[in-house]
Amino acid sequence: MILEGLSVTLAHYLAVSGVIFGIGAVIALSKRNAVAVLMGIELMLNAVNLTLLAFSRFSSAFTQGGAQGGEPLSGHVFVVFVLTVAAAEAAVALAMAVLVYRHRETVDLDRINLLRG
Amino acid sequence: MSRAALPPATPMARQILDHRSLLQRARTLPGEARVALALLGIMTVAALAAVGYLVIAGTLDGRWYDIRDLGNGTSHLVYWMERQGWHPAIPYLTTGLLGGLGILSLVGGWLVIGSWVERRLLAKFQIRQGPNRNGPFGLLQPIADALKLIQKEALIPIGADRLLYYLPPVLIFIPAMLGWAPVPWAARMSYVDMNVGVVYAIAISSLGVLAVFLAGWSSNNHYALLGAMRTVAMMVSYEIPISMTLLSVVVLTGSLQLSQIVAWQQQYHVWLIIVLPLAAFTFLFASTAEINRTPNDIGEAESEIVAGFHTEYSGMKAGLFLAVELGNAILVGAMMATFFLGGYTLFGLETWIPGYLILATKIGAVYFVFVWLRGTLPRFRLDQLMGFAWKFLIPLAIVQLLVVAVEALVIEQSGLPGVATVSGAILVNALLTFFGVRAWANAIGYRPEAGASTPILTTAVGGLRAAARLQAVP
Amino acid sequence: MESPGIILAFWVLSAITVAGCLLVMVARNLLHALVFLVLAFLGMAGLFVTLSADFIAVAQILIYAGSIAVLMVFAIMLTPLAVRDNANSLYVLPALAAGLGMAAIIGFVAVSTPWAELQGDALKHNDPVTTVAAIGDLLLGRYVLPFEVASILLFFALLGAIVLVRERRNDGDPS
Repeated sequence: MILEGLSVTLAHYLAVSGVIFGIGAVIALSKRNAVAVLMGIELMLNAVNLTLLAFSRFSSAFTQGGAQGGEPLSGHVFVVFVLTVAAAEAAVALAMAVLVYRHRETVDLDRINLLRG
Repeated sequence: MSRAALPPATPMARQILDHRSLLQRARTLPGEARVALALLGIMTVAALAAVGYLVIAGTLDGRWYDIRDLGNGTSHLVYWMERQGWHPAIPYLTTGLLGGLGILSLVGGWLVIGSWVERRLLAKFQIRQGPNRNGPFGLLQPIADALKLIQKEALIPIGADRLLYYLPPVLIFIPAMLGWAPVPWAARMSYVDMNVGVVYAIAISSLGVLAVFLAGWSSNNHYALLGAMRTVAMMVSYEIPISMTLLSVVVLTGSLQLSQIVAWQQQYHVWLIIVLPLAAFTFLFASTAEINRTPNDIGEAESEIVAGFHTEYSGMKAGLFLAVELGNAILVGAMMATFFLGGYTLFGLETWIPGYLILATKIGAVYFVFVWLRGTLPRFRLDQLMGFAWKFLIPLAIVQLLVVAVEALVIEQSGLPGVATVSGAILVNALLTFFGVRAWANAIGYRPEAGASTPILTTAVGGLRAAARLQAVP
Repeated sequence: MESPGIILAFWVLSAITVAGCLLVMVARNLLHALVFLVLAFLGMAGLFVTLSADFIAVAQILIYAGSIAVLMVFAIMLTPLAVRDNANSLYVLPALAAGLGMAAIIGFVAVSTPWAELQGDALKHNDPVTTVAAIGDLLLGRYVLPFEVASILLFFALLGAIVLVRERRNDGDPS
């Protein structure tokens, strides 16, 4: 098979998630619009989810029966919590963006600098 | 002089008066045709009897030509391919393509016939004829419409965002197709009988929101944007009652798998619409909002905002939006039938009749209810609609969910016979539905208009019964 | 994982996801960026499926592509006078350096560490038939306290969002 040499391992998933995390960090750090920054943060959270699921799938510590008392699906449960936090965070952050817009008529993070003096 | 003696006022009234029912037409058939029909009937009965013998004898069960469940043929095909020693990808791809082709042809076939069905039915509700010019009974009308749409000029509004303007008609089609994947058509006949079918159905239906919004925003038109915002707000609000009701179904049946939900209804010989009437009503009403049909079509209310989010779309792009609406209607019909109307089962009749035909009949029945609602009810106002979701449906759905959780526990754990526990649940839920709805409606101030009025207009205009009376006058 | 279908799916879905993320970064319009973000979320859901995490994949579609994207749509629509050009701030170069550094470190650690990972038949054997029941058991058993805390968090997020954006009658009315 052509695909023989391309066998997918844990390292592949981790590398992909690292790339996505990096891009998310760039977006979160460099964008001016508050909503765009939030997009970057969501991408970073997504990359973390991918890591957790990949470890949960591949790690030999979580075989059935649990060598070190690990549940095989703990990673999935962590991802559920990350999803919860992401949803809550998005709701509050976007509400704050709307609130800031009401006062300043902008969501440009470079111009929300009242505390700079 | 009575009104009945008046001659019909318009050519249309004349046509309606001259219209004869099927029975009347059958009575005037010539003798040869009657004999031929009788022979045909006898042959059909004989063929059915032969099939019935085969079914009872059980020689048909699980053969590849057992068309009561098309899954038999497919699994035999896969088995045959595996015995040939072919690469495992080939049976995988073949079955995938076959199933996809089945879903595509089902939805495509419905798009060819659906708009005709809807318009004819609506015409019946409004004492009109409906499209009857193209082809027999006007059956070719949808094709004529499609040809007309294809020929139209593809207009792009000035200032439109080109990428986002072209994307939505395609984007909105994808969930309408993907949604069919978990629907079980017979015991072994569903495209992907996944473990998370219910969550999948909710997730896929929430994808259409974004396409609707992009269509409205990219058109650079106030009406389109208004329609899009209305639709998005409505769909987001009504996703919650839909999820809540499906959650109570899941709690009661103990599975997220659609085939298991059908199997539960088969096991207890009861449809979930009887066990959970409030949930069934909520699901039906909320899904009319989800797919933008009357009485909840405020997103494209013609009398208020032209055509809503697809105001600026012309030609086949508009046609795709209309087609998706039709396709979504039967998709929701399939979900309603699977969750609440017993799916492909019909109290044991599914061993005689192919399950997919039973499911198709149920889908048709739900679709008829949709058309009926459209022909009967006026459109809600935006604030009424949102208030109804947040103040009425969601609290009641939460109460229903709590009650159902207790009932599911009793059914599972009490050890009593299923008949007793399930009928107890039916009774409790019926009482909850009746008194709960009344009490909550009173509490938040929904009251009927003072004094129910007799429908003056219908008696004055006449209706079908009056037409029959007219016909009786020589 | 040696099955060619999974390998193909992994490479295609990774390409889609990474391309979606890159397009979010370079898109000139905030709504274009949103569309590409949804594309990245869907690709990520596909990657979750290749990890046989069916429930998480569907939840990802439901929560990210279905809800958070719509929330962002509302946020963009409720700030009509703000700029929509998805512009970069002054800190592009430091941000790029930081992002590339993080990606490089994670990638290096991922590739160079000898993970004690399962392979071949052991991996196939370890796959659960369904993850839903097991996740439910864990959520209401071992992780019941975090579960409750998460529900409280969601409740307060709901309250907080409502309180934040509620229009106050005497606020902003100087007279």
